[in-house]
Amino acid sequence: MISPRMASGMQEKQYTPSLLSFFVYNPSFGSREGEEEKKILFYHPSEVEKNEKIRNVGLCEAIVQFTRTFCPTKPAKSLHTQKNRQFFFEAEDSFWIVMVVRNPMVEKPNKDGRPPTIEYQEEEILDTVYGAVLRECYSMYKLFNGTFGRAMEAGGVELLMQKLDKFFYRYLQTLHLQSCDLLDVFGGIAFFPLDKMTYLKIQSFVNRVEESLSLIKYTAFLYNDQLIWSGLEQDDMRILYKYLTTSLFPRHSEPELAGRDSPLRPEVAGNLLHYGRFLTGPANLKDPEAKFRFPRIFVNTEDSYEELHLIVYKAMSAAVCFMISASVELTREFCEQLDGLVGPQLTLLASDICEQYNVNRRISGPDKEPQFKFIYFNHMNLAEKSTIHMRKTASVSLTSVHPDLMKILGDINCDFARVDEDEEIIVKAMTDYWVVGKKSDQRELYVILNQKNANLIEVNGSSSHMFSWLYLLIPTLSTTFSSWTERNKGKNCTKKRERKRDGERAMDCFTTLKLSALQGVMTASV
Amino acid sequence: MSEEHYLELCENPVQFENASSVNNVFFDEANKQVFAVRSGGATGVVVKGPDDKNSVAFRMDDKGEVKCIKFSIGNKILAVQRTPKSVDFISFIPDYPHLECSQECKMKNASILGFCWTNWNEIVFVTDQGIEFYQVLPDKRSLKLLKSQSVNVNWYMYCPETAVILLSTTAQGNVLQPFAFKSGTMSKMPKFEIELPVVPKPAKPNLTERDIAVHVVPREGSYKKTNVLKLNTTGKFALNVVDNLVVVHHQSSQTSIIFDIKLREPDCALNVHQPVLPGRSIHPYRIPLTGLAAVPTQPPVPCELCILYETFSPACLTCAVCSPFASGYLWYLQVKLPPTVNLLQDKGKLMDFLLRRRDCKMVILSVCAQMLNGGDKGGLPVVATVFDKLNQVYKEYLEAEQTYTVATESGPSRGSAARERPVRTQAVIDQSDMYTHVLSSFSEKKDTSHKFIIAVLMEYIRSLNQVQITVQHYLYELVIKMLVQHNLFYMLHQFLQYHVLSDSKPLACLLLSLESTYPPAHQLSLDMLKRLSTANDEIVEVLLSRQQVLGALRFIRSVGGHGNISARKFLDAARQTADQMLFYTIFRFFEQRNMRLRGNPSFIPGEHCEEHVVYFKQVFGEQALMKQVTV
Repeated sequence: MISPRMASGMQEKQYTPSLLSFFVYNPSFGSREGEEEKKILFYHPSEVEKNEKIRNVGLCEAIVQFTRTFCPTKPAKSLHTQKNRQFFFEAEDSFWIVMVVRNPMVEKPNKDGRPPTIEYQEEEILDTVYGAVLRECYSMYKLFNGTFGRAMEAGGVELLMQKLDKFFYRYLQTLHLQSCDLLDVFGGIAFFPLDKMTYLKIQSFVNRVEESLSLIKYTAFLYNDQLIWSGLEQDDMRILYKYLTTSLFPRHSEPELAGRDSPLRPEVAGNLLHYGRFLTGPANLKDPEAKFRFPRIFVNTEDSYEELHLIVYKAMSAAVCFMISASVELTREFCEQLDGLVGPQLTLLASDICEQYNVNRRISGPDKEPQFKFIYFNHMNLAEKSTIHMRKTASVSLTSVHPDLMKILGDINCDFARVDEDEEIIVKAMTDYWVVGKKSDQRELYVILNQKNANLIEVNGSSSHMFSWLYLLIPTLSTTFSSWTERNKGKNCTKKRERKRDGERAMDCFTTLKLSALQGVMTASV
Repeated sequence: MSEEHYLELCENPVQFENASSVNNVFFDEANKQVFAVRSGGATGVVVKGPDDKNSVAFRMDDKGEVKCIKFSIGNKILAVQRTPKSVDFISFIPDYPHLECSQECKMKNASILGFCWTNWNEIVFVTDQGIEFYQVLPDKRSLKLLKSQSVNVNWYMYCPETAVILLSTTAQGNVLQPFAFKSGTMSKMPKFEIELPVVPKPAKPNLTERDIAVHVVPREGSYKKTNVLKLNTTGKFALNVVDNLVVVHHQSSQTSIIFDIKLREPDCALNVHQPVLPGRSIHPYRIPLTGLAAVPTQPPVPCELCILYETFSPACLTCAVCSPFASGYLWYLQVKLPPTVNLLQDKGKLMDFLLRRRDCKMVILSVCAQMLNGGDKGGLPVVATVFDKLNQVYKEYLEAEQTYTVATESGPSRGSAARERPVRTQAVIDQSDMYTHVLSSFSEKKDTSHKFIIAVLMEYIRSLNQVQITVQHYLYELVIKMLVQHNLFYMLHQFLQYHVLSDSKPLACLLLSLESTYPPAHQLSLDMLKRLSTANDEIVEVLLSRQQVLGALRFIRSVGGHGNISARKFLDAARQTADQMLFYTIFRFFEQRNMRLRGNPSFIPGEHCEEHVVYFKQVFGEQALMKQVTV
């Protein structure tokens, strides 16, 4: 992760944060002296020498133990050092996961052949962001493997170690620590905006399929990688959504693009041709060699602890996840039945939604780049919307703004997390950018504006205007505007923070909306 | 088996004396009257209609054998045919003498096939050589020929409802010539030809009245053969029309089958109808024995159905006449809906059929309940079809009602004749019908999976939405109740998120009450209240109850209602938080408001804020009170 940058004639090398090590341990497994190695269940990179592993694990254990003396319920979550940062997470009782991230750094070459100076940028990475990444690692593991505890019950330490090894070996390669940001903190779900009628049609479709294929326990419906319906509980859906959108869908996106422009389904002997296909399981139903094995996932691990087959079926841009109890053997007949039932209906439904979506877009006018960018998140339903991020792919998440600005967003988020009250923060960044953050009840909104020579009052005015814009965009935002308080959060850093003079101004702008063009942009709320 | 008889005879038949050597019985279809003429009228004529209003008894002179006898509309004039050439008329107008006159048909060598009254004083003679249209002038004791038309006639049919006479002409009898009559005018309508059946439909050497091909005869425009009834049998048939159904009685098999000509395949000009239901005989009727001969313990005599079938009057449209015993009976034929439910398996077709019947409401509702409870195969798609059909009718009614309201509100100035208020037929099954008779009891079923119940409720809501009917909140409440009962809060949340459960105050309050079990309900509820924009007071109350005093104040300011809010309410809430700075802020806010409203920061006695003023002075000192600015 080296991005050379030319600065003042001298070649500087910029290093982004990267994963140094990642390990899982349970202190109770090797409590006697000399048996410390038994504590370690997984260690990445595996080639590290044994004693170093033991030392590192021991250090973490000690830090956690030590900080417990100050607050027994909340031991240390991270350790900041000059070169790196360690994150601790007790995933299950006595099972700890530790992630060590190397701080970003700048390598400045020196004259006269002396070794280059390395400057570590310790303050550049955020605890909240990487803490969230670490928790997500565990959630993802749990989704596909169940809890550590269950693995212990089933096959002891050996099985658990096997599972950890198998999962994290691949998973850690897909971690892209350099592009983690505020969205990782939220871990939200993008909901597809949809009118009531189409939504009800989807409901009806889901209900019918679940009725005729009674094996199906849960269903989730997505369109354009955005969620429309989830039969799973929120937390399970959150991680499944993450898997689908960052891993499974991107892998299958190319054939999809090819299929979209082909002519409309011709009718062949009363049998509708359709675009439906399995994203998990058999690639081709007609293939006599096809295997009918689907990934298994674990949900509701807190109470009913269910193991399920995950069938992901897609037609055009509509994807449906069917989840079936893992105790059932899935056969070719079942898959054919499902294909025959769901394929034609889903193809029709997908073109319905597409039509509806285009109508809405036409109403809302031509796509114009708005003068600002925003991230919205609602803790209550995990609804997330970002105009900052491009399409997230498996490999990298692209943002359209400078990392420094993303850092400011993260900072504001940390500030919000510290107190329970509603607040609003306005930050002037170095490059004519203004960043406005608002928090109300369960909702957070971050806006980045670029206005040259703007003063606070103007920023306040235009941000208010924007919030009212967003009010139309996101109907359920409404109460956001009813309970803002302004708080002064002075902080001396490279950015200038100013107290907002009158928080209420934002609300007053409500009446001045004239954005009828935006009506219908989003018929569904998030 | 008795459950299978979907046709029955009415409870109270018209009873009349049986035909005999001295007694002639005639049936006038137009007025549904039975005439019993004894000894040519000399010993009395008894006229009985379906109700007592139409019953008359009188005597007339015996001038020969009566061939046909009919009253004009309203029993004003009696026409009696005794010879093949002439008809006699007797005036029955009240307060007029019983004047008599006679009229011969104008055409030479013609013999009268029959006559029909088209009005109280207008009559049409149908002869074998044409038709003659007369007006009877009772006071002048004469008839005036209004119009006549010469044409060869084999047989004729008269439809009293539309006043149309259908003549069978040409040698083969397959060209039908209709004439329409309307207050003194006779208009010839385009004739049409009937393809003589080649297929084993009722095949006869030539077309007689008993062949069946139903033609919808429009008042204007050209005819199309629109409906063909497929009987699949041969033999003698009789036809009745009951409740907009064509009932065909087949004599040899003694069954009746019904056709619903409105049940049609779309995009098909010619409808070939199969019987709606499998053929069944009419429910056996038992004639109670009355009179001296009746022994109390003797069971009623079952009426022999074969006799019934044999005696069907071919021309009789809504009544069946029979004379199996000493006396004759005239029945109305009725369609019983409940037995049809089991005979028609296709629920969609069944709904189409039932929705067009007269007394269908309870039957439809029971079909719905049975469909949901009985674990009927077909499941949700069938449920959806049924709901869609019901709601389509419901919607059509609502729309008609709407246009009527708009029309009446805009006043009669539009020039168009005052519209008639749309009639709410039994087929209009609204949300409350559905709720009370079907859904509420269904949702309490213990043995049905909640998944299915919710799916059905959502299906009903979807169906209503599809035809743009506003869903009543009690349906939403039912859904919410189900979801809450089974801890499916996340589902509920998603429904609300997509506004599937539309905003309303009752719904918002319901959500608020769920807050303790599901905290996010609070946000959902407040959002809903805010969107309603008529519930600002409620929002303030909610915020105050959660001690969000500043929030409440900001909200009320944002909607511009802070001028006349109760200061006491806010100060009370601020005091309760035990946050002195908050109390100070709120207090100061109201002082400033008072200043702006009245030019004086102090509270007026009506606001009952004295204790708060005292408290304020106690905590912050007297000098902290805002001073009135004096110029």
